[in-house]
Amino acid sequence: MAKRIDISGLTAYYGSHKAIEDISMTVEPRSVTAFIGPSGCGKSTFLRTLNRMHEVTPGGRVEGKVLLDDENLYASNVDPVTVRRTVGMVFQRPNPFPTMSIFDNVAAGLRLNGSYRKSELNDIVEKSLRGANLWNEVKDRLNKPGSGLSGGQQQRLCIARAIAVEPDVLLMDEPCSALDPISTLAIEDLIGELKERFTIVIVTHNMQQAARVSDRTAFFNLAAVGKPGRLIEIDETERIFSNPSVQATEDYISGRFG
Amino acid sequence: MSHAPTGVMERPQPAPPAPKKSSLGSRSLPRLAPLGFAVVAVALGVGLSLAAGWESRIQWGMLSALFFLVISYVATTVVENQRQAKDRLATSVMWVCFLVAVVPLASLLWTTVVRGAERLDGYFLTHSMAGVLGFEESGGVYHALIGTLEQVGIATVISVPLGLLTAVYLVEYGKGSLAKAVTFFVDVMTGIPSIVAGLFILSIMLIANLEPSGLMGALALTILMIPVVVRSTEEMLKLVPNELREASLALGIPKWRTILKVVLPTAIGGITTGVMLAIARIAGETAPIILLVFGSQLINTNPFEGAQSSLPFYIYEQYKIGEVASYDRAWAAALVLIAFVMILNLVARGIARWKAPKTGR
Repeated sequence: MAKRIDISGLTAYYGSHKAIEDISMTVEPRSVTAFIGPSGCGKSTFLRTLNRMHEVTPGGRVEGKVLLDDENLYASNVDPVTVRRTVGMVFQRPNPFPTMSIFDNVAAGLRLNGSYRKSELNDIVEKSLRGANLWNEVKDRLNKPGSGLSGGQQQRLCIARAIAVEPDVLLMDEPCSALDPISTLAIEDLIGELKERFTIVIVTHNMQQAARVSDRTAFFNLAAVGKPGRLIEIDETERIFSNPSVQATEDYISGRFG
Repeated sequence: MSHAPTGVMERPQPAPPAPKKSSLGSRSLPRLAPLGFAVVAVALGVGLSLAAGWESRIQWGMLSALFFLVISYVATTVVENQRQAKDRLATSVMWVCFLVAVVPLASLLWTTVVRGAERLDGYFLTHSMAGVLGFEESGGVYHALIGTLEQVGIATVISVPLGLLTAVYLVEYGKGSLAKAVTFFVDVMTGIPSIVAGLFILSIMLIANLEPSGLMGALALTILMIPVVVRSTEEMLKLVPNELREASLALGIPKWRTILKVVLPTAIGGITTGVMLAIARIAGETAPIILLVFGSQLINTNPFEGAQSSLPFYIYEQYKIGEVASYDRAWAAALVLIAFVMILNLVARGIARWKAPKTGR
């Protein structure tokens, strides 16, 4: 199930623009790793390199290695489609498929991959919705469109959709930034439960959130506008927020810049 | 926050505004005032025209429109103010333009319905012109209806898949010079006059020594239909949010399935409407049919062999005969053609509504 990610010397480009440079870190399995840093420092770009979504963007390309339990995601014989089945992703804005019902949204990954047995589908959908703490709210209207749910429910629907395909790693790109505090709390609780089964990486602008949900925190920064983003440091969350080893981290966390 | 800045809390109150007179409200015309202006303007316009002895209704209308613009501008300036008057003027111009656009359309529909209804009945729809002379009252449109249905059907079957695939290529895959070239040629094709498309197929027909048939007409219609389908489908696909594509890809769904199962279903309503509009456009084409299908008075259900007729061709043909009976037939056929296009549009709207992304709880 949950897998370790080893990143070494990772550099990502948009066309000729270098977005992040030479990032190396290890993401531990069955834990939550949070990425914090100012806007434009490449957190999201870096996150998207971890399931090869970066290259979907026109001009996107990546150098370096990402090892998922010793398998390089960027080896020449690796199919990005397979990678994305192993490394799931939840986006900033909830994006359920508008033409599909709640049930079909959750089942979409399995159905469209063609890798499921009909008899299992109902169980998997229920399990995923329960896993996303959404089952009780939607069990009576599984055939209603997913876009009729509230924003927080939609985001949990997207999480259910992502975990329905049983990935090893779950990447979350600011999953709560479009949500109210109550829905945010629901998602944070959910992250706490999901880390028993998945390796979770979360990008967030909310430092309290990073402190609440994560076990380890990575701080990214960029030297100047237009320069590539870099990893400044990664450490236990407690240490980052109490006694970081780099001055820039402390300045950012205490609000002295950024 | 212990010491409040003195300037904010204890700023001396400005002199109280003059009592009674509200600073926000102002005099305004009643809501139905424009209607009144219109009545007055039309009365003035018609009255003056009659007095001047003008014959043309168009002159009456133009004079009334002018009065309407002037009256609403002046009245609003007097009662309200300059800014509201400009607003009213712009609104009035819009209304006049709307009427100018709608009057011919309504008149056209009305004339067609009234004159077409005289001959339109079950007999007319189920009989051909076989053995009917131009001045005779009988005869019908069946052979032309068959021709239109088959030619438009074949053209649709060819151009919808081609157009859809081209649009998918342009939006989802195309980049670089090939995509630019395709876009350019689609734009050029949009502007091809139908007679040129007809001549193109005719030249092929002459080179390959083929006989006129419904298929040849359908090929010319295909040339006219493809760019319309490509353009409208392209626009609809571009409207599909990129987040949906990314959400699907991030689930490990291959790109082709993402397009097939997520992108196309999301856009299907708009695509259907576009296709129906394209069909409506080619259903009224006459020129390629004259060149390539040749026209016929007989029922020919085989589009691959022998001459056929079609509704627009039939209208042209009947009008050319110049008898009272044939004029009636032309009007009735025009009504059939308009009804055909109208039904297609209604079907398209139905499908678009039925397939549109669902909202609600």
